Amino acid sequence: MTPTPRPDALGPTPRPDAPGLAPRPDAPGPALGPALAAAPALASAPRPVLGIRDVSKVYGEGDTAVHALRGVSLTVEPGDYVAIMGASGSGKSTLMNIIGCLDVPSGGRYLLDGIDVGALDERRLAILRNRRIGFVFQSFNLIPRMTAQANVELPLAYGGVKGPERRRRALAALREVGLADRTRHEPNELSGGQQQRVAIARALVTSPTLLLADEPTGALDSGSTADVLAVFDRLSLARRTIVVITHEDDVAAHAKRVVRLVDGRVVDDVRRAPVAGPPPAASWTTEGAR
Amino acid sequence: MSPLEILRFALRGLSANKLRSSLTTLGILIGVGAVILLVAVGNGSSEQIKKSIQRLGADSLTVTKTTTGGGGGRGGFGGGGFPGGFGSGGSGSGSGPRTQAHDLTTQDAAALVSATDAPSVKSASPVVTSQSVTAGYEGTSATINQFVGTTPAYFAAANKTLASGTSFTTADVTAANKTVVLGSTTASDLFGRVSPLGRKIDVGGIRFTVVGVLKATGSSSSSFSDPDSIAIAPLSAVQESLTGYGALDQIIVQAKDSGAVDSAQAEVTQILGQRHDVASSGTADFTVSSQASVQSAVSESNKTFTVLLGAVAAISLLVGGIGITNIMLVTVTERTREIGIRKAIGAPRGAILGQFIAEATVLSLIGGVLGVVAGVAGSLFTIVGVKPVLVPSSIVLALAVSVAIGLFFGSYPANRAAKLRPIEALRHE
Repeated sequence: MTPTPRPDALGPTPRPDAPGLAPRPDAPGPALGPALAAAPALASAPRPVLGIRDVSKVYGEGDTAVHALRGVSLTVEPGDYVAIMGASGSGKSTLMNIIGCLDVPSGGRYLLDGIDVGALDERRLAILRNRRIGFVFQSFNLIPRMTAQANVELPLAYGGVKGPERRRRALAALREVGLADRTRHEPNELSGGQQQRVAIARALVTSPTLLLADEPTGALDSGSTADVLAVFDRLSLARRTIVVITHEDDVAAHAKRVVRLVDGRVVDDVRRAPVAGPPPAASWTTEGAR
Repeated sequence: MSPLEILRFALRGLSANKLRSSLTTLGILIGVGAVILLVAVGNGSSEQIKKSIQRLGADSLTVTKTTTGGGGGRGGFGGGGFPGGFGSGGSGSGSGPRTQAHDLTTQDAAALVSATDAPSVKSASPVVTSQSVTAGYEGTSATINQFVGTTPAYFAAANKTLASGTSFTTADVTAANKTVVLGSTTASDLFGRVSPLGRKIDVGGIRFTVVGVLKATGSSSSSFSDPDSIAIAPLSAVQESLTGYGALDQIIVQAKDSGAVDSAQAEVTQILGQRHDVASSGTADFTVSSQASVQSAVSESNKTFTVLLGAVAAISLLVGGIGITNIMLVTVTERTREIGIRKAIGAPRGAILGQFIAEATVLSLIGGVLGVVAGVAGSLFTIVGVKPVLVPSSIVLALAVSVAIGLFFGSYPANRAAKLRPIEALRHE
């Protein structure tokens, strides 16, 4: 189970609309009371990046209904590096889609950076994805026939950032992942590891609150895997919040915290390094990085 | 996300598949080009006909015998005459001259020139015409489209001017002298560069002396309606040698001036009505048509022609539009994954919609512009004897329609793209 959230876990938008779903003591009974009382504490305590409360997801209905998630609760602090593990069918992809605001939960509440995602329409979800989340996919998902730089600039273009500023930030992001010399290359001219690092640069370029990676090393050889994990370690050192969905223990070994899902439930939640500290494998990776 | 940015994405998308884009563009190009060119051809042929009618002279009237069923035709345009004809036939009340339409005679023509009864009429020329007459001169022979027998007043009434020589005189008509004035085409066919004046040509075994040559009207190059393939001779001479002394084909009436055409028409109708006893039969057996009425009838039928051509072309434009929908649907399916990626990294619905609509519109706009170029270029050539005359509004319309087609036919695929859910789109292979 997750560490018990602080009373201000609901953030600045207390909503009295889901009392039955959260059986924890701090859940809104007299909905506004505790939240208002906790308001002064907000200034000092950091707001959690993720606040997932008893989220469930059901596909289909009636006899054929599939319960992909059966009440998952998870809170992620800023700067944390979390690996969500599970076998296939454990619901980790569904959880990733919900965290990434690509899908909406059937029940429960999900706060991203203090914003209740369930209440947003499609347009606002798009803006949320653009500003607060950086996606890294298993299959890279770069847009073909666009240079690395153009791919990295894409989220900024959709975010309305102007040309010169966009180029500057895209180049900075590519430098951060060590690809400053590959800006003019198209995806099919890059190796798998390089493509994934371009994807990470694309995810980073908007300075999102959360970097969300779905099996980021699933399609890579061991050398490229080490490269990519090293990039994640460095990002974690730089206090980025990272959530990695994976089924590989090697990948999870780099995380500060490992959450295991089985049959749509959280069965294990282990902290391997403090939130504020360096990631456990950082010393190894900093020398191994490129 | 600025519109310019969206346009850049669209152009990038189009250039990714150049062959497909250019083939789709070709569909619109052909449609727009065809609309412009065919409308121009229709317009050109209508202008051509208008010009050849105008050659008759703005102040002239043509009197022809009505040939529709048994003297029943009211205005010469058969439709109205038919029910009337059957009606009187059935009742058998037998208003005598029903089957006996009066021919036009030289006396009719002479009666039309009267200072008291017809003050607006300047002249009336009886005309007999023989079509496709073969004429020979020292071994060369040429076919003359129209061999006209008439009086000297015809030249002024029908707007014929002489390039050289003289016209024949009234005395020639009275004496049935075999003199002839040739059209420029006939003159050059028979004589080449030699001056034909004073030489004799052989028409059906009878020798005519050439006294004058007409100025070329120079408007039509197609041989079947060449107005310069003509010969004009005294009425009596032509009747004697070619047509016989039967009815006149027409009487060309010249009004005092172009403002008096309407009153001249009324006077001619009045006089001929009396002479042909229209009051007792109830229907006129002749038609007096002014140039304006002929022109409006012709331009009416020409408009139909032009609309028909335009409609055929519009169908090809429509087919081009469907081609755009088709190719955009393929593109959207093909790029489903890309759309999913774009949505996942925060592309708003509007940006996706805009990108695909812009792609479709750019396709159709490029096709439209190239189509205008092709249509304008094509209209520089003469097509089946018609010199196309561009209609500026058809260019604007075709261009606007092509853009509208892009917007309309592109909106369905674009909507489909914008409505894709990111998780499903990302899963798409």
